[in-house]
Amino acid sequence: MSTQSTNSFFLSSLSKKYFMAATGLFLIVFLIGHIAGNLQLFMSGYEGRLQFNEYAVFMTTFIPVKILSYITYFCIVFHVVDGVALTIQNRKARPQKYAYSRPDKNTNFSARNMMVLGSLILIFLGVHMYAFWAQYHWNDQMPIMLHTDGVSPLLKETSAAIKGGQVVGTDVVLNGEVLGPVMKDLYQIVMEAYQVWWVTLFYVISMVVLAFHLWHGFASGFQSLGLNHPRYMPVIVIAGRVFSIVVPALFAAIPIYIFLFVK
Amino acid sequence: MNLKLKIWRQKGPKAEGKMVEYPVNDVSPDMSFLEMLDVLNDHLVEKGDEPVAFEHDCREGICGSCSLYINGEPHGPGRGITTCQLHMRSFKEGETVYIEPWRAKAFPIIKDLVTDRSAFDRIVQSGGFISVNTGSPVDANAIPIRKESADEAFDAATCIGCGACVASCKNASAMLFVSAKVSHLSLLPQGQPQAKERVLAMVAQMDAEGFGNCTNTQACEVECPKGISIEHIARMNREYLGAAISYSPPKATVGGD
Repeated sequence: MSTQSTNSFFLSSLSKKYFMAATGLFLIVFLIGHIAGNLQLFMSGYEGRLQFNEYAVFMTTFIPVKILSYITYFCIVFHVVDGVALTIQNRKARPQKYAYSRPDKNTNFSARNMMVLGSLILIFLGVHMYAFWAQYHWNDQMPIMLHTDGVSPLLKETSAAIKGGQVVGTDVVLNGEVLGPVMKDLYQIVMEAYQVWWVTLFYVISMVVLAFHLWHGFASGFQSLGLNHPRYMPVIVIAGRVFSIVVPALFAAIPIYIFLFVK
Repeated sequence: MNLKLKIWRQKGPKAEGKMVEYPVNDVSPDMSFLEMLDVLNDHLVEKGDEPVAFEHDCREGICGSCSLYINGEPHGPGRGITTCQLHMRSFKEGETVYIEPWRAKAFPIIKDLVTDRSAFDRIVQSGGFISVNTGSPVDANAIPIRKESADEAFDAATCIGCGACVASCKNASAMLFVSAKVSHLSLLPQGQPQAKERVLAMVAQMDAEGFGNCTNTQACEVECPKGISIEHIARMNREYLGAAISYSPPKATVGGD
């Protein structure tokens, strides 16, 4: 491509759609990974707690996962920026609205409200990231993972319980010797968060919003990338509809389960 | 039957428009929508009022001129029809019928219900030419074409350029129209030599005209009087991506003396 056509390519209406689709489809893949990990929250007892906290350590330290997480952040930001740019352009394309219009006659609710649904998801993401991600990364006052004896802290890297170890800041110290960072108890703050009825309700509503966003977004992503064929499109559409119900339902089941059954 | 019409009246391109109410009585259910408007205009002329300007030509669903947004949908409540093919039996006695022009930045209003759709002509012009030899007609079947491709190309070519796709789209996007025009040549061998330039140029012209972007709501496909599928939009998306990556403008390697 020449420089001229490179510029026009990145500015064209179709390219904005490609980026919207590619980032959206990547985020769909991310959801699969995220729900797979979160299903561990259905495990209870010391084993479950340890398993989930070790998983949290793995997710925040394993380099390939870190790279994937940065790609995810990038996709979220790009998906939002591109979506806003598209919406502004689309509004400009019809400066005078119809006096009487019946979009319900030819489109579905999700397709018409992707921007609104997406904005609600962005608000949810802000709250969600603050509630767990930010706490886990930056809050030094977080609960720490203790062994079944109730006093020995666990090391972040090896999960070894240190008998008689003291926690100083975020490190485990034994007899004046710093052994390494302590394992934070993310499991605990997740369990505590969903004891509050309105937090659970907020999460469930947000997952309904996500379901509607995916209802249109899944198959739409394929269409935008040009992947529409009479033979495969029905499969993609059905897969999208199943995905858009099952995945948000599993996400929503976690706070509901914790609210009802974990005390 | 008796109806209450609410019609967009606008004196000229720069004038402010508004919805104006007109009662029409003694409408036959067998009239087409345009005939009903003819009746209204006759009454208006008799009273010395300005008749409602609307566009029409063939009145048999093949020219794409009639372009009314009726009761919140392009070409009214029917499917697979233009306004001239819409009959008054589709409406109920005493119903209020809203009639508006297509609304899009790229389709400026000329007067009342008439819009300037020459943006579509400029998109077609930007598509350029196809290479065929002049002279006597080529033998039928001299170029082998798959039946499926010929059918699909023909489906795309049924587009009459009415603009219902733009009118129905919440983004006033012209992608169904442009993709139909791209498809009907790119599916055939005759359209291959210029396929890449064509899709790049037509999309660029579409953007320059100020149409919106496609968000795959599929309203266009539902409202298209010719039932053109959004599979054509997917084809355009593929072709544009391929062309944008691989097209390089032809360069002269040897000059003349």
